[in-house]
Amino acid sequence: MVPLSYYLVLGGILFACGVAGFLIKRNIITIFMSIELMLNGVNLSFVAFAAHWHELAGQVFVFFVMVVAAAEAAVGLAIIIAVYRTRETLNVDQVNLLKL
Amino acid sequence: MTPHLNLWLIPVLPLAGAAINGFFGRKSSRQAVSTVGLVFSGAAFAMALWVAVQFSSLTLPYHEFVAHWIRSGNFSADFAFYLDQLSLVMLLVVTGVGFLIHIYSVGYMWDDPSYYRFFAYLNLFMFFMLTLILANNYLLMFIGWEGVGLASYLLIGFWFTKDSAASAGKKAFIVNRIGDFGFLIGLFLIIQHCGSLDFTKVFAQVQPIAAETTGAGLLTAIGILLMVGACGKSAQIPLYVWLPDAMEGPTPVSALIHAATMVTAGVYMVSRSHVIFERAPMALMVVAVIGTLTALFAATIGITQTDIKKVLAYSTVSQLGYMFLACGVGAFSAGIFHLMTHAFFKGLLFLAAGSVIHAVGGEQDMRKMGGLRSYIPVTFGTMFIATLAIAGIPPFAGFWSKDEILWQAYSSEYGSWVFWLIGVITAFITSFYMFRLLFMTFFGDYHGVQVDAHGHANASHGHDGQGEPHESPMVMLVPLMILALLSVVGGLVGIGNRFEHFLEPVFGSGAAADAAGEAANHGTELLLMGISVTVAVLGFIFAYVLYVSKPYLPQKIAEALNGFYTAVLNKYYVDELYAKLFVKPLVDGSTSILWQGVDRKVIDDTVNNAADGARHVSDEVRHMQSGNLRSYAGWIAAGSAVVIAYMIWMGVK
Repeated sequence: MVPLSYYLVLGGILFACGVAGFLIKRNIITIFMSIELMLNGVNLSFVAFAAHWHELAGQVFVFFVMVVAAAEAAVGLAIIIAVYRTRETLNVDQVNLLKL
Repeated sequence: MTPHLNLWLIPVLPLAGAAINGFFGRKSSRQAVSTVGLVFSGAAFAMALWVAVQFSSLTLPYHEFVAHWIRSGNFSADFAFYLDQLSLVMLLVVTGVGFLIHIYSVGYMWDDPSYYRFFAYLNLFMFFMLTLILANNYLLMFIGWEGVGLASYLLIGFWFTKDSAASAGKKAFIVNRIGDFGFLIGLFLIIQHCGSLDFTKVFAQVQPIAAETTGAGLLTAIGILLMVGACGKSAQIPLYVWLPDAMEGPTPVSALIHAATMVTAGVYMVSRSHVIFERAPMALMVVAVIGTLTALFAATIGITQTDIKKVLAYSTVSQLGYMFLACGVGAFSAGIFHLMTHAFFKGLLFLAAGSVIHAVGGEQDMRKMGGLRSYIPVTFGTMFIATLAIAGIPPFAGFWSKDEILWQAYSSEYGSWVFWLIGVITAFITSFYMFRLLFMTFFGDYHGVQVDAHGHANASHGHDGQGEPHESPMVMLVPLMILALLSVVGGLVGIGNRFEHFLEPVFGSGAAADAAGEAANHGTELLLMGISVTVAVLGFIFAYVLYVSKPYLPQKIAEALNGFYTAVLNKYYVDELYAKLFVKPLVDGSTSILWQGVDRKVIDDTVNNAADGARHVSDEVRHMQSGNLRSYAGWIAAGSAVVIAYMIWMGVK
């Protein structure tokens, strides 16, 4: 039996990788993938707790997260395509219309 | 059975006139404005006459309650009116002279673009003055008191585009404020000790108190504080400085407010409070001394002035001094008597002076007049009568009242020969400067069209190409004639102390005791009367010699008295002294401490620094909003990290 902490540490590492990728990478697609990585880090800790406590709620949460992530991917990719069409770049540093 | 008099109508009628003219006058014709102004002030006069006719059938004093005003605990002040012999005299003088001056103003102000405004203000003044007179408590009186101050301010600054007029108005208001401060504190003292401001209640409480013959007590304090208020309103030393400047206003205003009525409010107030003053000999002494000094002081300034209205202004100050002298020696009825005759002849003098100014096209400098006698005979005639009256030549009005005052100053229990002597000297000076005015204006040659004595180039200075000096229209002359008649006969009511006996119910029987002594002193009285007449005639002769037969003499005398003459010519530098002593420190202090110090350094800097601080902080914070997606993500990550770290740390604890 693999102890719970292993899963949690792995989930933490995944989440940290996602955060690092999100902050470091400039390409929107890569950033998007980093978000997925963070989500999956969280998902992993959900299922780990669910298995540990024999509680189904954790697994249900994971399904929800995956569904939302799928929807988000659909919307997000559409936005990315729209951004690319108007600005002809995927570099987030150049997509900075929000600044003052 | 006392009939209901509807006294409240008397002040309210002019108020209605003021409202109508003030709100609708701008679009109305001059005829309509004059009609409204005259009808409402005339109606007030008619009411006053009607009251006078019924007077003998009234139970006096007559009270009329109109409405509750202030009720606070045991203290109450109502809108209520009070009529006795004293109010009646004031009422008739104010409405009568006021109405005449309204009529006169129709002619005098006809060409003024703000004609309607003038009448609105004039009626407003009548409202406040009548409130002051008819009030049955000090608080309502104070409302009138402040109101006439307001009307006075508005009318002095009537030609507000002229800088000097605007500042004269401010000066009058501010100087009066100093007096009002004393008046107010006096009222507070009365409230504290009598719990009321009703005349009847206050006097009933004061009545049993013994006179404060030894040392000064509460009543003395109240009396002196009331006197401070009276000094402001009635232009006595040291607060007289505003009145000469008030001559910047139109001449009818000078006649009505600054000679006949408003400035006598102080005398009225002191007389009304006679119960308090009679029990405070020291306060009475203060009143008498101030009155005497003012009379002499202002009269001497009057000698040197060359502006016709300024002479009359100082003369007014001086005559008011007489009235205070009368009050100060306990002869209140003599003071009121002089108030009445003064209203007649000084009102007339001002109106006649206005007619002169009108005739020569706005010139006020007497040196540029002269010889006007043949051009404007009616004005000359009436002004001559008024001059005789003020100089104290029998049988004109001023003689009776002034003589009564001088006699009382000598013989009254509070009087002394010093007051009498100064009074007589003042009478001489009065006679002198009034005849000087008359001679300079009406005798000799007309100087208006020539190059004036100081070599100013513009030849027809002040003449405005109107040709010869011309007589005023009838609408101005009729009031002059009526007032002239009153100046002749107005004093006759004082023969045999009839006026005094009329006022006796108000001022008590002090006069009766006096009458007993009078029989014994009849010889003395006649002697004093003779002296004062002689002195008046001497003033006339002096003025005649100096200004008619030997016109080069005044110059020589002025040169001989060089330093003193300059001092008097410059009004003893009182204005300059006040400017140095009070105005300049105040302005400097306000500038350096209040403006530069408190306002700019404290208040402004607080506000500015707060704004600057907010801007600096937001300048820094702004950089967070770079528009760069990854920096936002970084902030979020950093924030979450801080939160997590905090939670972990708390968890460990």
